[in-house]
Amino acid sequence: MYTLNFTLDECKDVRQVGGKAASLAEMTAEGLPVAPGFSVTAEAYRRYREESGLKDFTTGILNGLSPEADQAAFDKAERTITERMKQVGMPEDIAGPIREAYRQLCADTGVEDIAVAVRSSATAEDSVDASFAGEFETWVDIVGEDAVVDYVQKCYVSVYSGRVLSYLAQKGIDPHEIEMAVVVQKTVRARAAGVMFTLSPTTGDRSRIVLEASWGLGLSVVGGEVTPDRYMLEKITLDIVVREAGHKHIEYRRGDAPQEVPDERQDVLCLSDEEVVALAHYGKNLEKVHGGAPQDIEFAIDEELPEGQNLILLQRRPETVWSNAERKPKFDAAAGMMSWITGSISGGAAELGGSGHSH
Amino acid sequence: MSTETPDSRFPFFHEAEVPAGGEGWEEMYPYYMVPSEETREHDDSLLWFADTMHWSRGTHPFDSIGAEAVYYGVGTFSTRIFALPVSLGLDVRVFNGYVYIAPQGITDPARIQERAEVFQKRAGYYYQNWDELYGKWKTKMEGAIATMDEISFPPLTEYEPDSVVDEATGRSVSMDILENYHRLTDQFLATWQYHFEFLNLGYGGYITFFQFCKQAFPLITDQSISRMVAGLDVLAFRPDDELRQLARQAVELDLVTTLREGGAGSEGSVKARELRAVLESTENGRTWLAAFDAARDPWFDYFTEYGFTHDQETWNSDLSIPLGSISRYADKIAAGEDIDRPIERLQAEREEIVGEYRALLTAEEASQFNELLNLARTVFPYIEEHNIYVEHWAHNVFWAKARELSRFLVDAGLFEDPEDMFYLNRFEVDMALADVVQSWAIGVPIRGKQRWRAEVERRRPMVAALKSVTAPPAYGIPPEQITDPFAVMNYGVTTERVNEWLGAGQDENGLAGIPGSLGIVEGPVRVLRSEKDLPDLQPGEILVAPITAPSWAAAFAVASGVITDIGGMMCHAAIVCREYGIPAVVGTGYATARLTTGQRVRIDGKSGSVTFLDDETE
Repeated sequence: MYTLNFTLDECKDVRQVGGKAASLAEMTAEGLPVAPGFSVTAEAYRRYREESGLKDFTTGILNGLSPEADQAAFDKAERTITERMKQVGMPEDIAGPIREAYRQLCADTGVEDIAVAVRSSATAEDSVDASFAGEFETWVDIVGEDAVVDYVQKCYVSVYSGRVLSYLAQKGIDPHEIEMAVVVQKTVRARAAGVMFTLSPTTGDRSRIVLEASWGLGLSVVGGEVTPDRYMLEKITLDIVVREAGHKHIEYRRGDAPQEVPDERQDVLCLSDEEVVALAHYGKNLEKVHGGAPQDIEFAIDEELPEGQNLILLQRRPETVWSNAERKPKFDAAAGMMSWITGSISGGAAELGGSGHSH
Repeated sequence: MSTETPDSRFPFFHEAEVPAGGEGWEEMYPYYMVPSEETREHDDSLLWFADTMHWSRGTHPFDSIGAEAVYYGVGTFSTRIFALPVSLGLDVRVFNGYVYIAPQGITDPARIQERAEVFQKRAGYYYQNWDELYGKWKTKMEGAIATMDEISFPPLTEYEPDSVVDEATGRSVSMDILENYHRLTDQFLATWQYHFEFLNLGYGGYITFFQFCKQAFPLITDQSISRMVAGLDVLAFRPDDELRQLARQAVELDLVTTLREGGAGSEGSVKARELRAVLESTENGRTWLAAFDAARDPWFDYFTEYGFTHDQETWNSDLSIPLGSISRYADKIAAGEDIDRPIERLQAEREEIVGEYRALLTAEEASQFNELLNLARTVFPYIEEHNIYVEHWAHNVFWAKARELSRFLVDAGLFEDPEDMFYLNRFEVDMALADVVQSWAIGVPIRGKQRWRAEVERRRPMVAALKSVTAPPAYGIPPEQITDPFAVMNYGVTTERVNEWLGAGQDENGLAGIPGSLGIVEGPVRVLRSEKDLPDLQPGEILVAPITAPSWAAAFAVASGVITDIGGMMCHAAIVCREYGIPAVVGTGYATARLTTGQRVRIDGKSGSVTFLDDETE
């Protein structure tokens, strides 16, 4: 298979699709919504490398590099290889499935000529994805099937950029071991966005979920440029217990410059109750998936996607402040139950049971 | 509240006005139950809050025995038996006819330490043997109720019965009347001793779990905690379950219309009697009546509040109350609604919630959580069930016997009306009784007949005057912090609440109370001063009452929300309110005084606030 949608089970195979696509597929399988898209697999890349003797050509060029090669030598190799690759172009038996997958993505989302991001999801034997972090480019707002095919090929070419080649040489990785799988994913058009913690960041209460959100992309929330709306839920029942409208005077529509929010929207809640509960539900699941560790999650509501499919989780990481704090139960385990009761009914005046502190 | 009263305190007793016509009320009650010159310094140093949870109306002089019994009982166990480390009993006063109480605390560290040691030893014995001792408690209670039930006050006859001669008893049966009166009041006091044998220990166990949860989950709501503990299949729900069962049966037997047309209504017992005749005329009606009669003993021995006044109806004494509830339930079933309480599902949900909270804890915390949850669940059945035994069953028998005594006094010629006796306090009744039997024995007219009749005539308008006004929530000086866990838990009297009471005169837009049950609702209110007004409640109205008693459950199915003057998270009313899932704000202090029927409000059961939506009726 040259392409695999995130919703397919095979897309969870790291060797086939690289770490990035595999984790997107895993999140999708766990019922956690990511921006929809597909992977162009490592198999497609292998097929590409066989086209018109490309593999032999690059091997020849790279073998010609001495172990002490400097950046100039790597840059020269890049130019030679890039030129050859441009001549070869994308073979139709790879381009065809990519075009098909893109059209399917348009159909699934109901968005004509959907804008996508194209990014590498490189994989290599015995190497973890993280080794390549930041080495490969990401292109956003790519529109149309021809453009997508072009950018997938750009991604292939980027393996041989002088910068990457020198990086791989430093790490002692043979560039031929790299298999460039590619992620093609909808560009998020955020009507509103924000961050969610699966605990109360102010008290550390783990039975709460707190969200902060504002209009447009999450930049304004993360950057503290607005007073975001604030929501708090009970994690167990997902009842919304706090709903505070903030003051959101600016919004980022495309990630570049902020724009004014019209007066009538500035002080009204940017998320509906249904959206808040659905997001919290996802947060609760993510926490479960990660062994109960509280999570810090970035999310967006996509304005192009139909309701029911428009909640997008952009990023998650473990919460660290409260999660790493030492926690002790209320009562001194050694003192025993009677001493706990005595302390409790005495409002702390009869301190026989000790009274553990959370921090 | 008078305008000169500074905001830092409530008026003192001696500053407060007596309702017009109630002047001289103090003399009607035992001297130690009313504020006096001798206790003024003590009284003025305390915060006295109204116990409208138990006495939602002014009390007749005789009925003040309830206030004695309750606070004698709680005092005994807190102060002398279990020695709660920082809490003695609650001092009690009748003021302007209403019952006020003041928690007595201990601050001396040495004394606290000494009491803590006694407490651990004595209470420890109870916690360790809880189930066994609770079993014994039920036997004791049943015995006390049976003992009261055997008491009788037969009319005195011209001659002593033959048995006095045949068995050579050597003493008058009229002495039995005196003895029985003493036994009745003593037994009543005893049931209130039993009441507190387990109650504070029960709260203690619950509070410990509660505090654990508050530390582990700083933002957890009181409701969430009690939801993990509350039983779903306990005695407290049984009377209402009987009504639901009878409603189901009425639907099956095609009697929904018959009940709707004949059952409920303010005409009460008359209508209920007519309905019986209608039902007896058909086969289905007779089948249903048999089930109805079977449920009456003991489940309809159930006060509409807590049975602290002699004139309060039970379901059995006014069948229109249960009949009205049954009819409402039957209408719901007929309309396709499911009125079952799905106990198994609720139980499974409860365990799921518990499991989710536990999963958020560390292993060390989880083990403590388990231990304390077990403790809370061990003690909680008592908190939920004891009312049935004491407030309903024992009180039912006590008042039945008290009324029998009042009829005895009418038969003996002292009074014309059985109501009259209740205008005398229990010691005056003892005196009058001595007069009656001794006069009878000697063979002379009752010597104080004119005296007591005149006294009752004087008091009748006084009591009415006292009852015509509502009770201010508090008198005296609040402490900086209210720490007594029982005042907080049971009565909802917290530092914030007291401060809100103090500021209540200024807030024109609403009332603040304790979040009793989740939800937000807007609607017109219906202010009910007593269960007798229940039939007035219209669907969608917000019920406003001094308290909400569990026996109002069927009314909760009609009301869209509940607001009360008094009560905390753990008052029995709040527990049942949550069970039936309607928003409630309790402990507002002034709801019945400040709201009028028809006024629109919004209540928020989460924040505990009541907002007035229109003020033309204020």
